[in-house]
Amino acid sequence: MSLRTGWRKIVNVVMLSLTGVCALFTVSALFFILGYLVYYGGKSLNWAFFVNLPAPVGEAGGGMANAIVGSGKLLLLASLLGVPIGFLGGVYLAEFGGRTFCFIVRYITDLLNGAPSIVMGIFAYTIIVIPMRHFSAFAGGMALGVMMIPIAVRTTEESLRAVPLVLREGALALGASKWKTVATVVVPAAIRGIVTGIMLTLARVAGETAPLLFTAFSNRFWSQGWNQPIASLPVMIYTYGLSAYDDWHRQAWAAGLVLLALVLAANIGARFVVSRGISFRRV
Amino acid sequence: MVDRARLSGRARQFMQKLRHGDEVAHLITLLAAASIIVVTVMLVYQLFINCALPRHKFGFEFFLGRTWDPVSGDFGALPFIYGTLVSSALALLLAVPLGVGAAIFLSELAPPRISNYLTFVIELLAAVPSVIYGVLGIFVLVPVLRTVVMPFLKHTLGFLPFFKGPIYGVSMLAGGVVLAIMIVPFIISVSREVLLAVPVEQREAALAVGATKWESTWQVVVPFARVGIMASVFLALARALGETMAVTMVIGNDPKINASLFAPAYSIAAVIANEFTEATGDLYLQALIELGLVLFLVTIVINGLARLVIIATTQKGATQG
Repeated sequence: MSLRTGWRKIVNVVMLSLTGVCALFTVSALFFILGYLVYYGGKSLNWAFFVNLPAPVGEAGGGMANAIVGSGKLLLLASLLGVPIGFLGGVYLAEFGGRTFCFIVRYITDLLNGAPSIVMGIFAYTIIVIPMRHFSAFAGGMALGVMMIPIAVRTTEESLRAVPLVLREGALALGASKWKTVATVVVPAAIRGIVTGIMLTLARVAGETAPLLFTAFSNRFWSQGWNQPIASLPVMIYTYGLSAYDDWHRQAWAAGLVLLALVLAANIGARFVVSRGISFRRV
Repeated sequence: MVDRARLSGRARQFMQKLRHGDEVAHLITLLAAASIIVVTVMLVYQLFINCALPRHKFGFEFFLGRTWDPVSGDFGALPFIYGTLVSSALALLLAVPLGVGAAIFLSELAPPRISNYLTFVIELLAAVPSVIYGVLGIFVLVPVLRTVVMPFLKHTLGFLPFFKGPIYGVSMLAGGVVLAIMIVPFIISVSREVLLAVPVEQREAALAVGATKWESTWQVVVPFARVGIMASVFLALARALGETMAVTMVIGNDPKINASLFAPAYSIAAVIANEFTEATGDLYLQALIELGLVLFLVTIVINGLARLVIIATTQKGATQG
């Protein structure tokens, strides 16, 4: 074995091991985040966190019940806007659309998906907060709703495309009209993928803070209605994390753990559902 | 039935479809699809008309001004543009080698099953809310940087202008490191797809002429996939430029241009997040909106180019990211 061959073999082993180190490092980042939050968040998570309002500033204790409910309300509003548009748009792309227009819609959807989330906040601010002159749950819901559209569209489209053509042909051959085929055969066949996609979009916007800062704002009490400022978990984590009180830091960890658990559960659940659905695609 | 006889063939077909509901369904779904375009156009329009004041008052000077003084109404965006660009560049500097290395491991070395599991775990990293990265940044990363990494850099590379000055912890460096961790998943997941799309014959040919595994990977497979890898880097760059919460929490929020990475800085997204609710007066608010518009347009252009490249190289639109 010449010196050069030996050198090449050493380079081979060293570089390939380095790529392994890169992968290992990245993977371990997730487990570090998870472990850290479970340790610190778990220590400070208690029943009061889920059922109490935030304690007055300076007092220890209290919880984030209003923020948990607030996040739920904001997600509901966001779904009312994002799910219908996302679902119907996805149906159009997969079942009805022509080539060029579909390409444009798809492309713009991808661009919207990559847009900075804080810009969505400004958008909702100019459309809702400026005319109404105050922060509101509506504005926050709208900002999140717009953010939901892109992923909802793309996952709906992909789930529908995975439905075998023979199912459509069978329905059409029996005399069903196109929309009836789509509504009673294709969409039900793809419903698992579609619901999964919507779960993923919810998981994504559930963790968004930036678009809520100046739309939904925050609130240390129960919200006075849909038209009023409302608390949410991510914004609470932000304000509590940056605060000067140890007790608030403790609660920020607890809230972070709750949020992360929800987001990861949705993602892992989605993965499980989709991977079980693959057997169907090979029909 | 005279009327119907008079209708041309196409119109009759249309009437029939209308009766069956096909055209109605088509129209409703078309409206939903079109509304996506409408929303995007409206977004740009709203941002544009809502920053008329600073556009007229400062014009192009807005991007070159170095003072940000809300009290005297003097707004220059250069410190924020500088902070955004440098923190993103720093993030890429750290994330690209890490991400491409990991992608090579996942596509070339790891068995498919393990590779799929690891990729899934890495993609979960992308799902972690950015505010959580921010909190971890403040409580874990910044103290480590302040007590270990920064003194080390200052001691060994302190002669460089990047590693001079007092050590605060919150700094451009902290912003770059947090961003790097956040964008690595995007680089890995797209790069891996592109690497997997390289025909296996390319590898076999290289190995057949006596290349080692690494030589075949680095000199044949990676160059073959370089356009797609570049696209993944651009996608990650667009993410980094627009990332708000984590950066806001660790970058130090000081609108000054400073060569040292140890110094606090400020990014466009961070200044919007911090000052939007406190902006008094229309000029101040609209200056922030103009910053948002600039951020949006820059990320859209970068994203748009990257998407076109991805569509061209993998023959399917990537939905990740």
